[in-house]
Amino acid sequence: MPKIKSIEELQKLREEAQKELKLRMDTGTVITVGMGTCGIAAGARETMHAILEELNKRQIDAHVKTVGCIGMCVYEPLVDIEQAGKGRITYGKITPDRVPRLIEEHLINGRVVEEWVVARMQENANK
Amino acid sequence: MRELSLHILDIVQNSLEAGATHITIEIDEDLVEDRLTIRVTDNGRGMDAETLRRVTDPFFTTRKTRKVGLGLPLLKAAAEQCGGRLTIQSAPGQGTTVTAEFQHSHIDRAPLGDMPASLMTILLAERPVEVRYIHRVNGREFVLDTRELREALGDVPLTHPKIRQWLYEYLRQGEASLWDASPAGADQTLPEEG
Repeated sequence: MPKIKSIEELQKLREEAQKELKLRMDTGTVITVGMGTCGIAAGARETMHAILEELNKRQIDAHVKTVGCIGMCVYEPLVDIEQAGKGRITYGKITPDRVPRLIEEHLINGRVVEEWVVARMQENANK
Repeated sequence: MRELSLHILDIVQNSLEAGATHITIEIDEDLVEDRLTIRVTDNGRGMDAETLRRVTDPFFTTRKTRKVGLGLPLLKAAAEQCGGRLTIQSAPGQGTTVTAEFQHSHIDRAPLGDMPASLMTILLAERPVEVRYIHRVNGREFVLDTRELREALGDVPLTHPKIRQWLYEYLRQGEASLWDASPAGADQTLPEEG
């Protein structure tokens, strides 16, 4: 069966990726999406998908990861944005249609979207 | 849940919570026998007989934050309303296998849905896990094994933006290849887009 993409391609990508890796680990942004039953039922997978699309579209390098139930199920889908040196903000009810504005405001303009915030944590000052 | 792929995502989350480091996801679509079987096998901590007995009870959960757990009960209901069933095998230290069977053509059977999106969500899990994914449709097969991917990638994580974009495309092509027009000319029923 013809396969358009192959694992060999990955090895080529690996070299490109390696170069940028260190930079990202030092200064990166981490986006976390809650993915318990509550999150999944509320559409968290689509939210995650929308985040990946938006990051690709705008060429933003950010680490995206998923976790289990965060415990504020009523606010699902929950999305957490953590930026080095800027602490961590948890946003609630982030449906896919809210993702473009969230990415634009928070990651590009550097402004917290106050009306969607459900929790915030300051970066540990002693770190 | 609107899609079986969302149930799969949910069951895999249970595996992750159970500390699994290896998870096998099998989807078997047999249009001749009219069966769709989903099996998730993990090497997590497993369950004792008492937990196993209660795990499909919606008012049972191991979580401390609240008193209900709906993942397995929802999947059980979904299977049973489609002429199928849910079976769970588990023992402490032995991991867990969850098998959900459906009548493929049952009118109430939710579509499999967006498996690439579910798999991406699993591959981006905070705790890294090795996943072997096997999707069979009438003898055709698409297999993804994260160990092969990691071997090719070395120290570059699957979560790297460039890699994750490649992965998503790879999954979409793999899934689509299962439903390419069959060379044998068999009149397969193509999946209806949601």
